[in-house]
Amino acid sequence: MLGLYLHRDSPVHAFPVGWKLAALAVAATGLFFVASPVAIGAALAGTLLLFALARLPLGAILGQIRPLLPVLVLLFAVQAAFVGWETGAATAGRLALLVLLASLVTLTTRASDMIDALERGLGWLRPLGVNAGKVSLMLALTIRLIPVLLDLVQEIRMAQRARGVERSALALLVPLLVKTMRMADHLSDALEARGYDPR
Amino acid sequence: MIELRNVRHRYGEREVLRGIDLTLAERRVAIVGSNGSGKSTLARLLNGLLLPDEGRVLVDGLDTRGDARAVRRKVGFVFQDPDVQIVYPTVAEDIAFGLKNLRLPRDEIARRVDAVMARFGLTEHRDWPAHRLSGGQKQLLAIASVLVLDPAYVVFDEPTTLLDLRNRRRIAGVIRNLPQTALLISHDLDLVAEAERVIVLDEGRVVADDAPAAAIANYVARMG
Repeated sequence: MLGLYLHRDSPVHAFPVGWKLAALAVAATGLFFVASPVAIGAALAGTLLLFALARLPLGAILGQIRPLLPVLVLLFAVQAAFVGWETGAATAGRLALLVLLASLVTLTTRASDMIDALERGLGWLRPLGVNAGKVSLMLALTIRLIPVLLDLVQEIRMAQRARGVERSALALLVPLLVKTMRMADHLSDALEARGYDPR
Repeated sequence: MIELRNVRHRYGEREVLRGIDLTLAERRVAIVGSNGSGKSTLARLLNGLLLPDEGRVLVDGLDTRGDARAVRRKVGFVFQDPDVQIVYPTVAEDIAFGLKNLRLPRDEIARRVDAVMARFGLTEHRDWPAHRLSGGQKQLLAIASVLVLDPAYVVFDEPTTLLDLRNRRRIAGVIRNLPQTALLISHDLDLVAEAERVIVLDEGRVVADDAPAAAIANYVARMG
């Protein structure tokens, strides 16, 4: 779900970001009060309709749900075996629905719009000492840097393998920590150089 | 014009710059030197990312010590590794970051982002996640995100070190055609040779300051 925005001219894309995020929060909370597999199935169908309305390709939906499939199957199997198939279906369906709804928001919303909305939404917390600008920048950097750190992990792993170290947490973590700290240093220079003002 | 007056800088016990006096008025100035010679420290002093322990750095008369923010608006900085410079997840968002910091109106931000993306051939990648760009495209994005702020000077800290030959040539072309004054820190002698003036640093001191051919010959001789 990192930086997967797909541009389309659709009503879902055009829907105000704040409302999308609020609807996601309400839906995610409300889901825990729904136990009927039929109701969850209907919500899933509704979500898929929203994907169609957003003119997103089928591959985008599958791409979001595929990595989750083993977890969903396991969840269903365990719940079905110990509690009953209805609970199993409801639990697995709830998780799938949550991921699909979150994906729908990220696929149809630019990260910058989401971050701006978050900044506006958190503005009222300023008297309590919460700097909304810093929170939103933190979110942007998190989304931006996760793939960079994953690349770094791969690079270190390859370097270790080249030296005959197959599995060693220490051999991975020490250089990762050192490189991450150095990256944080450079990043803070870059933020300053680009005129970032945390006030 | 950028002036350095008796600039000294140290990291702990180690003195990395030992009394640098320079007046940089040419449109293309390159600085070369071995690893640890003080090049990157010097580069960071030019836009106030670092402040000198002694001496002064003046950009068009503004002292980095007192006017760091104003100096940074005049002096853009392109880092060696674009991955540490790109802040936002996608191309257009990242280019807009610096403009948002200037609190410009939305329509002006959009106009300037579109213009700089068109200039650097990034328009078709506007919504691409930055991590999916090639090394050369990332460096172009890093340069675009600096140039969109329209600085008077641009400091390039080893901008081609991580690139292949094709992308090195591409970035060299970008630097060559810049209307701004460019200060280039590099080991890439082809790129350095295009400057009007080349300064050689060694152990924190200026040991040569000359036209490219003479300064590069001096540097190569020192490298053994």
